[in-house]
Amino acid sequence: MKAAVIVFPGSNCDRDIEVALRQSLGREPQMIWHRDTALPALDLIVVPGGFSYGDYLRAGAMAAHSPVMREVIKRAADGVAVLAVCNGFQIATECGLLPGVLLRNKSLRFACRDVHLRVENPYTPFTQQYDDGEVVTIPIAHHDGNYFADDATHRALLDHDQIAFRYCDRAGALTPDANPNGSLDHIAGVFNRDKNVLGLMPHPERAADPALGGNDGRALFDSLVAALS
Amino acid sequence: MTTSPGATAITPAVIAQHGLKPEEYDRIVAAIGRAPNLVELGVFSVMWSEHCSYKSSKKWLRQFPTAAPWVICGPGENAGVIDIGDGDAVVFKMESHNHPSFIEPFQGAATGVGGILRDVFTMGARPIANLNALRFGAQDAPKMRHLVAGVVAGIGSYGNCVGVPTVGGECTFDPSYNGNILVNAMTVGLARADRIFYARAAGIGNPVVYVGSKTGRDGIHGATMASAEFDDKSEEKRPTVQVGDPFTEKLLLEACIELMATDVIVAIQDMGAAGLTSSSCEMAARGGVGIELDLSAVPTRERAMTPYEIMLSESQERMLMVIAKGREAEAEAVFRKWELDVAVIGRVTDTGRIVATFDGATVLDLPVEPLADKPPLYDRPWTPIARNRPPVPALPETSALGPALLALLGSPDLSARRWIWEQYDHMVMADTVARPGGDAAVVRVHGTRKALALSSDCTPRYCYADPEMGGRQAVAECWRNLTAVGAKPLAITDCLNFGSPERPEIMGEFVGCVTGMAEACRALDFPVVSGNVSLYNETSGVAIKPTPQVGGVGLLAEANRMVRAAFRAANDAILLVGATAGHLGCSLYARNLAGSDVGQPPPVDLAAERRNGDFVRGLIHARRLTACHDIADGGLLVALAEMALAGDVGAAIGTSPATAGPAFWFGEDQARYIATCVPAVAAAILAEAHAAGVPALRLGITGGNDLTLDGVERISLHDLRAAHESWFPAYMSALSD
Repeated sequence: MKAAVIVFPGSNCDRDIEVALRQSLGREPQMIWHRDTALPALDLIVVPGGFSYGDYLRAGAMAAHSPVMREVIKRAADGVAVLAVCNGFQIATECGLLPGVLLRNKSLRFACRDVHLRVENPYTPFTQQYDDGEVVTIPIAHHDGNYFADDATHRALLDHDQIAFRYCDRAGALTPDANPNGSLDHIAGVFNRDKNVLGLMPHPERAADPALGGNDGRALFDSLVAALS
Repeated sequence: MTTSPGATAITPAVIAQHGLKPEEYDRIVAAIGRAPNLVELGVFSVMWSEHCSYKSSKKWLRQFPTAAPWVICGPGENAGVIDIGDGDAVVFKMESHNHPSFIEPFQGAATGVGGILRDVFTMGARPIANLNALRFGAQDAPKMRHLVAGVVAGIGSYGNCVGVPTVGGECTFDPSYNGNILVNAMTVGLARADRIFYARAAGIGNPVVYVGSKTGRDGIHGATMASAEFDDKSEEKRPTVQVGDPFTEKLLLEACIELMATDVIVAIQDMGAAGLTSSSCEMAARGGVGIELDLSAVPTRERAMTPYEIMLSESQERMLMVIAKGREAEAEAVFRKWELDVAVIGRVTDTGRIVATFDGATVLDLPVEPLADKPPLYDRPWTPIARNRPPVPALPETSALGPALLALLGSPDLSARRWIWEQYDHMVMADTVARPGGDAAVVRVHGTRKALALSSDCTPRYCYADPEMGGRQAVAECWRNLTAVGAKPLAITDCLNFGSPERPEIMGEFVGCVTGMAEACRALDFPVVSGNVSLYNETSGVAIKPTPQVGGVGLLAEANRMVRAAFRAANDAILLVGATAGHLGCSLYARNLAGSDVGQPPPVDLAAERRNGDFVRGLIHARRLTACHDIADGGLLVALAEMALAGDVGAAIGTSPATAGPAFWFGEDQARYIATCVPAVAAAILAEAHAAGVPALRLGITGGNDLTLDGVERISLHDLRAAHESWFPAYMSALSD
């Protein structure tokens, strides 16, 4: 598998993803500077977390129009896998790679903590090493992670099995307290219709090393390596 | 010497507006042999401000031990540097942003973080952790919720965007901060020991390069504001608060680190307090050279800025560097890559003078030495503090410990700070192995087996009651917090927050605290490598409690030997290490439940501190402890409850003096830890403690869902958690004033 991480000037989870990918992949992913728009042949592109171009406008709004994202969109259309985490998810919704939008957290505050997620679709390259309905613990760290979509879009997500993860409690129940940001239908991550693009607010790369307090994110990277190698 | 057209006459009123005393002005005239013009007066006023010159404090700061075999660079640079082996160095410092944060909490706190980050990366270190210490006024004081919300959001917004985890800190409430909250921010960075960059200009003819944000009119005279008391008109000072741009900081950070991998940079300093003035004067002074500046070349974001404004602006996210002549293109390429403004604005000279021109005319021409190295130094009158405090009244020997514990755990000073630290990204960089909420935060040294333990500590109520003992305690508690995770404490930075040094009582507090800190630093081999002094924290004559904040760094040679405060499992033996005399003076129990802030603080026996701590650390290294927690605010029972809550494992406490009353459970005796181990090794540990002269006893055993005391009193973890977790969110969600 050939993997690459897009590095915007304000990306700050690029190294963390690099470390997690290296661990699962056994070699270095390529780090691609946002101005380098001639992408090599790739099996996986990661759009990492951070603040891309500062996000003073709307999170991801400027990055969505960057030349490198135009290339990522093209590759995604060709079937290349794209993993978009946190700010990457915001960029992916802004540029239309994924449906819906990410609004300010319901609390109006930044939230950094472990959350429980329920695996809603284990039949994808991103999730095949998880079990259906498995509850995993992965941290969030965002100010704008309140997923929203209109009714028709929400319906389509359900109809096409596009919901990847939902916020839940320890037992897997979708209780109001378990929803950390007010997301519609507890949605923490969504796929595109072809399941080659995943966007999620939680940070699997921060839960891929037991020393950091959890290892539940590792299966996501292992899944990708197994599926795409 | 030409003067700018429309030059303002230097009248006594103008001098006073610059915060300079008449005798200080006379000293300026004597130093330069003539009257200064307005630009020069402005430059002198900031360089000689308390904030930049340490003119009231320097005499006393000399008491601090600053050397140790592992100290690479002590006080006097942008930050302190210590050696952690294998060619790795840690660069760290703490700084205050008190005055701006009171006036505009979000931006004040945010730019405080930005400033301290720059102090660290300007030395060639990548910041890997932020901490802070926040002191707010009484919970019901006017605007206090607004200040708490703004400060926390501001700190978060900046660190989160730059991508440096905020991993620890302190937050307390006390009415003495009603008019002067404290926001102290600390940054810890990692560098190669042979790649440290200093702010020492050198190389006659080398270009002086400006990089970062454009210069605006924000923050002019911020350093002077930070050196004056507040009064009813402080709101009018809002324009002197700067506005932060963390994205530009991130660009600046990455660009500097990238350029620092080459040998292009000769000297570098951030433009923090007093902006271009202090960065250019201090770099020239340290290098023993002169600097010539062309102010017309400075990138500005507003039209028609005057030389005075350009020299004194405190616009954020700017760096000044001296680079090797002929290497300008290399530097420019890196800064262009990161889309930063860059300009050559001057050169190094051999004149020993700082000279600035604007539109071809010389607007200032001053000798560097008096500006940077010869500020007036004051030996301010001070009175030793001997407070005549009432003793702790006799407290009823109540058996109802549960209600007292619940009340303490749910009080403003002991309740969980989750509401705060969940707003900070404390995990970015993926090396945070002990998150906020424990004794010390622990971050790994990336790619190695090593980790750093970090803690920020001070107990102002002790410092107020007995400054010397309080100073000792602040250092000792920091040392203990680092020890409690298993780290070897290496060095501290400090941020000394006090009222007006022009009052002998305040100077007495300062002298006492510094003396006590120095004693503890010597006794614990815990030198001071950097620091900051913030005076004039008073409003209309009412000063804050003395707050000498200590930020410590310790090393875990093997990160995986770290222990946490959380009870790890059921059936572990619980040990109490250190002597319990039952000292209730200045305790939170006495204050919150007996209704009085009385008595003297607990004595700090530095020899016992060291003996007990070294013993505990040895046990942790040998993997004989399963958990460890230092006993501090609230005493033994609070510490036990914190361990139980963190691990979600209860405890049965059986072995205590049969008559133990509140003094045993809530006294704040120092040099104590609670440790747990598997029962099989408990007896051996107690025997070794006895042999080492370390008081230790077995308290009980972990397990269950309650804290059970002497088999009679049972407090459920559920109730404890509710009390502990509910205060902060309830306070912050109450109707805002």
